[in-house]
Amino acid sequence: MPVTFQVNGKQMTVEVEPRMTLVDCLRHRLRLTGTHVGCEHGVCGACTILVDGDAVRACLILAVQAEGCNIVTIEGLSNDEELTPLQASFRRHHALQCGFCTPGMITTAHALLSEEPDCDADRVREVLSGNICRCTGYISIVEAILDARSAYRKP
Amino acid sequence: MRNTFIGSPVERREDVRFVRGRGQYVDDLRPDGLLHAVILRSSVAHGRIRSVDASAALKIDGVHAVITALDMPGGPPRIPMRLQPLPEFKPFEQSVIADTKVHYVGEPIAVVLAESVAVGEDALECIIVDIEPLPAVSDCEASAKADRLLFEECGTNRAMTFTAECGDADAAFKTAPYTRREKFRTGRHYGLTMEPRGVMAEWDAATGRLTVSGAAKVPFFNRRILAKQMGLPETAIAMVENDVGGGFGARGEFYPEDFLIPFAARHVGRPVKWIEDRRENLMAMNHARQAAVDIEIACARDGTILALRGHADVDMGAYMRTNGAVAARNIAQFMSGPYRIANIELQSSLWMTNKTPVGTYRGPGRFETDFFRERLFDMVAKDLGIDRVEFRRRNLVPASAMPYRLPTITPFESSDEIDSGDYRGALDRCLEEFGWADKAKLQGQLIDGRYHGLAVGCFIEGGAAGPKETARLEINPDGSVAVFIGSSAVGQGVETVFAQIAADALELPMERISGVHHGSTDYVSDGYGAYHSRSVVMGGSALLDATKNLHDLIRAAASKRFGCASSEISISEDRVIGPGGNSTFADFAGLTAEGMFLNKKHTYTYGAHAAHVTVDAKIGQVEIVDYVTVVDCGRIINPMTVRGQVIGSLVQGLGGALLEELHYDEEGQLLTGSLADYLLPTAGDFPNLRAIVTDMFPSPINPLGAKGAGEGGIISAGGIVANAVANALATFGVEPHELPLTPQRIWEMVEAGQGNRIRRQPAPLPACGERSPPP
Repeated sequence: MPVTFQVNGKQMTVEVEPRMTLVDCLRHRLRLTGTHVGCEHGVCGACTILVDGDAVRACLILAVQAEGCNIVTIEGLSNDEELTPLQASFRRHHALQCGFCTPGMITTAHALLSEEPDCDADRVREVLSGNICRCTGYISIVEAILDARSAYRKP
Repeated sequence: MRNTFIGSPVERREDVRFVRGRGQYVDDLRPDGLLHAVILRSSVAHGRIRSVDASAALKIDGVHAVITALDMPGGPPRIPMRLQPLPEFKPFEQSVIADTKVHYVGEPIAVVLAESVAVGEDALECIIVDIEPLPAVSDCEASAKADRLLFEECGTNRAMTFTAECGDADAAFKTAPYTRREKFRTGRHYGLTMEPRGVMAEWDAATGRLTVSGAAKVPFFNRRILAKQMGLPETAIAMVENDVGGGFGARGEFYPEDFLIPFAARHVGRPVKWIEDRRENLMAMNHARQAAVDIEIACARDGTILALRGHADVDMGAYMRTNGAVAARNIAQFMSGPYRIANIELQSSLWMTNKTPVGTYRGPGRFETDFFRERLFDMVAKDLGIDRVEFRRRNLVPASAMPYRLPTITPFESSDEIDSGDYRGALDRCLEEFGWADKAKLQGQLIDGRYHGLAVGCFIEGGAAGPKETARLEINPDGSVAVFIGSSAVGQGVETVFAQIAADALELPMERISGVHHGSTDYVSDGYGAYHSRSVVMGGSALLDATKNLHDLIRAAASKRFGCASSEISISEDRVIGPGGNSTFADFAGLTAEGMFLNKKHTYTYGAHAAHVTVDAKIGQVEIVDYVTVVDCGRIINPMTVRGQVIGSLVQGLGGALLEELHYDEEGQLLTGSLADYLLPTAGDFPNLRAIVTDMFPSPINPLGAKGAGEGGIISAGGIVANAVANALATFGVEPHELPLTPQRIWEMVEAGQGNRIRRQPAPLPACGERSPPP
């Protein structure tokens, strides 16, 4: 059945099976492979995307449920010219190793900092506790997010 | 060679694509005509396969084939061992697919090829498998009884017993003034990677060439296995390493799917991809760590350790996998860790059980032994009335004793030695950074409802496995240099650290190193990959050799061009200077030189850990208030990445110490089949960790002076946490003997300790295995 939504600023209609998850639709139908699949049961957070501004696990919703939504993936948070302040902060703080959880971490952090640019380390850890990283031990990720707060503050 | 980039916290090159979501992992590949494989796995731990009926599945629209053992002429091939391939292990090797018997829940029985994963999973539901269940062997005790055999033809469930020996332990025990004997256990957990495994194979019938994507860790070795199994020359197979979402020892070994998917691709003549889901991952990827020891120590009254003896029983799961013997071997050989113990006799028996087979997980055998040993040391120090820091300091291998010989392990007859280090210096540094003297007064204190405890311990970490590594340099048309390396990337930053090494070796700016190409079998003549903390030491040293060879080639070519002797040519950065003229690397574009490094010795990174925990005795909950690790790892290439790996591995170790456990019931059913059951550390769990990485003692065994690093964080974590908990709950007589220290286990120990204040002897654990009776 057809589903119509906006992905990274582009309006599109995709023909999907009703049982197809949103993450499979993004990865395999739209070839947006930056969103990763780590558990398919909503625990690891690797598939986190933004749906109408909220951080959402794309493995836990069906593509058809996203009808009319505004979806942003890691590709939509990136540009070709330079790293965004949040991405640059991840790199500077060595907040990634294998990179598999990273898109989910960045989308989660982006949603948090967009809403709460003055959040403290405890709040970052609380929000981030839904995203599993197996490489870094999280300390550098928390530091990277805290260091990127200034880019999200309104002037 | 310069020292411009080596030692600097250079930001990682690979991050530029990873933070944008532009990494390319195997599941991101989608060639035209792709079929998806899904695997039917045994739901029975032990049984005889009577029949597999896939007729209904084959009728489903979109299902192309169902492959079973019957499709493999001559029967399914077996997977040989990569490390310690002793003839005794042969009968216990795994076939790529079950044919007559199944031995664990998760063992592959059939492969469905379908237009989509969803259709393939529909088909799985329609395959009727008739298995006659047999009684399962669910632990070492049951395995040792031998009334149920996994492999009847072997007559035993014991695959092997290793013995580590030095001096004369029995003689030392006879005259020792003090001895203590204890039993400890470590739980089963595993090197869970965030990216599940995946394989994609493309068969080109016209050329007879096979391309396998998703290779990791040891692509060259795996190609050797696959070529033999497929009846192809090695040169007909290209193993392609994509981005790899974590390794930790588990990813990249040769698993059944590494044959099944290439076989399927050739079988149907279309590209085939298989991506493991998390439930499969929990039951199909190598497990690790499950071991029990009965260990005895002998000491002089002043705390000098005289001897160590005992027996370990290691739960191997159902088959001997490629590196399955490593942890069991290490448990015997490395029980003494960084301590000088003149007399050792330790045995380690490998017991087959109807569970997922085991393999290495970061710090294999060392996480286990460090828990056993450091726990025992704290008990002994208390008995002898010696400060536990002093007990350790007294027994550490002194710097003057380097290189220090480790116990000999049989049946290999192999020995090993520690290369260099100042262990007491690292311990002192750790205590100082931690503030041990100030915090000592907190030990056992009850403050705001939580008991405070401290612990300290020391470790060694082996690295740099040989025998060889290969590197190749090639000059690009613009005069920049490309690096090709036999080492593999599993997320550790290979593209950055090798660019640092290459830039300094060639005395070029880093941006003149165009790229570091790793892992795939097309890049160098031979490669050994990423395991045993070997990539930088082995690959980096090979890179130095390649640099020398490239410079020689340039000199030879320049001497022809300038009409002079090659000895008259000098190279400065990318300028080639002769008596009759100048040139640059760009004039020698296309020149390429390989180099290699051969090595039989190991590097030993070492250090110390100290922790301050608090425990809520009412609910058994542990909080890490402070944790300091000092790791001295030889010459550091990139302090940022090595520190990152130390912290990352420490958190993995804390997961194994407090959270992670794979549970089975007595019928061999896995009870922890999701991440809601198998608990991993999350961002809120361990915020207070500090790592200090030093380079006091370059390794004398390689030209870089580097030592393997990245496992040191995990190795000590279990022992440190358990000792800190024991210290906190000393008033209850709590003496942990088992990991992980889940809230329930801690609560039970506190409950058992209530009322009888300090219990000297904990309840014995059930005995396990065939072992010689204590003298």
